Amino acid sequence: MSPLDFSVLLRGDYPGMIAKGLVTMLELTAIAWLLAMALGIVLALVRMTHSRVAQALVAAWVEYHQNVPMLVQIFLWYFGIATLLPMGTQQWVNRHGGEFIFATIAISLAMSAYVSEDLRGGIRAIPKSQIEAARALGFTYLQSFRLVVLPQALRIALPTLVNHTVLLFKGTALAMTIGVAELTYATREIESQSFKTVEVYLFTTAVYLGLSLLIMAGGSQIERRMRLPAR
Amino acid sequence: MGDILTILREHGPLLLIGQYPNGPLGGLAVTFVLSVLGIALAFPLGVLLALARISPFRVFYWPATALVYVMRGVPLIMVIFWVYFFLPVLIGRPVSGFSTMLATLVVYQSAYLAEIVRAGIESLATGQMEAARAVGLSYIQAMRKVILPQALYNMVPAMLSQFVSTIKETSLGYVISVNELTFAADQINSILLTKPFQVFLILALIYFVLCFSLTQLARHVERRITRKRAGAATGASPRSPRATAIAQVLP
Repeated sequence: MSPLDFSVLLRGDYPGMIAKGLVTMLELTAIAWLLAMALGIVLALVRMTHSRVAQALVAAWVEYHQNVPMLVQIFLWYFGIATLLPMGTQQWVNRHGGEFIFATIAISLAMSAYVSEDLRGGIRAIPKSQIEAARALGFTYLQSFRLVVLPQALRIALPTLVNHTVLLFKGTALAMTIGVAELTYATREIESQSFKTVEVYLFTTAVYLGLSLLIMAGGSQIERRMRLPAR
Repeated sequence: MGDILTILREHGPLLLIGQYPNGPLGGLAVTFVLSVLGIALAFPLGVLLALARISPFRVFYWPATALVYVMRGVPLIMVIFWVYFFLPVLIGRPVSGFSTMLATLVVYQSAYLAEIVRAGIESLATGQMEAARAVGLSYIQAMRKVILPQALYNMVPAMLSQFVSTIKETSLGYVISVNELTFAADQINSILLTKPFQVFLILALIYFVLCFSLTQLARHVERRITRKRAGAATGASPRSPRATAIAQVLP
């Protein structure tokens, strides 16, 4: 076997393709993460209410998104739901990078289910009396959730949230199947043009692994910072 | 709704068993075979990896830990490409899509199972191992007869969820044209052309029914085990709920 030659990655258009792939991957991760967190918090909040119907709807949402492969969810959005939109909307979406938009929607909806479950676990660990106390002090329902319950629930849910952030990050690679030019997509392109399979795949694998480890390390750092001093 | 029934009537067999018996087996049958074989072959590997992860010997600890972190940090699709390109080079002959996917799942899942088994072992009171060694069992005997039976029993629900993950992961076989369920649905979509929403909705629902039933089974088993552990005070590990919590931390 010939020695590895990573200079192939610097040849011709390749640096540009890699950079674009990296940026797309990071954008997808960041946007999907923010949407998943926001939606996850709303879902957890709705599940805390006393309405049976609302609780059942959130439960159904969570079960659907956790029990169907993310790839299939992406396909359903991109190939299926996209065709149900009005013609004008379809054209607008296609002009503005439909693959990216639908991949973002599918990934963030799927992950919102995981986030809401993580938070629910955290919320359940907080005694009901805290909300009662907050309400007695004159907070509204939303205020007591935002200022009393959520900060504590987030701390408890942090380890699982970090793991699911890694899962979301790894999930963005699936966007290549519908043609989003993120890192895995760029890797495939460069591999098929250069035939430097080992070098190209080693590079991308290292990038994914490095960023995943960074997320895990960042998570445990935050965990340490947020830990309450022992009483 | 009518469309969905028509598609099921005309293309149901392709979704369920592929072109079998006139052609190769495909569809849901292959998805199922892949995931059962994948988890079954990954299980012994996962136990060995878990033992290496808690081993005091660095020769065992480091490679196992590295493998676990690589698998947790790299998208499955990248692992598929690695196996796809390098397994044929390694064994010197062409490898089918099915075998590629199976090998990928075994490596990937063994890392996740290892973390579950490790959590199970570490949640047992250390006195268990010490007592087993004190009555004269060797390390291997103690593991095999005392530690693993308890740890694995407590971890059954987590392993069932891992089986569900495996089923979902087989959908990626589509990328290397393995004849499984997602691939079959894609074929039907290219035959029909005008009904993508209905076809992919059916696909999602099939996965949902399969995985949701197994998830419910896992929850049922978990409740039973918790009850049983709570009932039998002796031999019960005081920390077993925590072990489940650790295992659930895994994505």
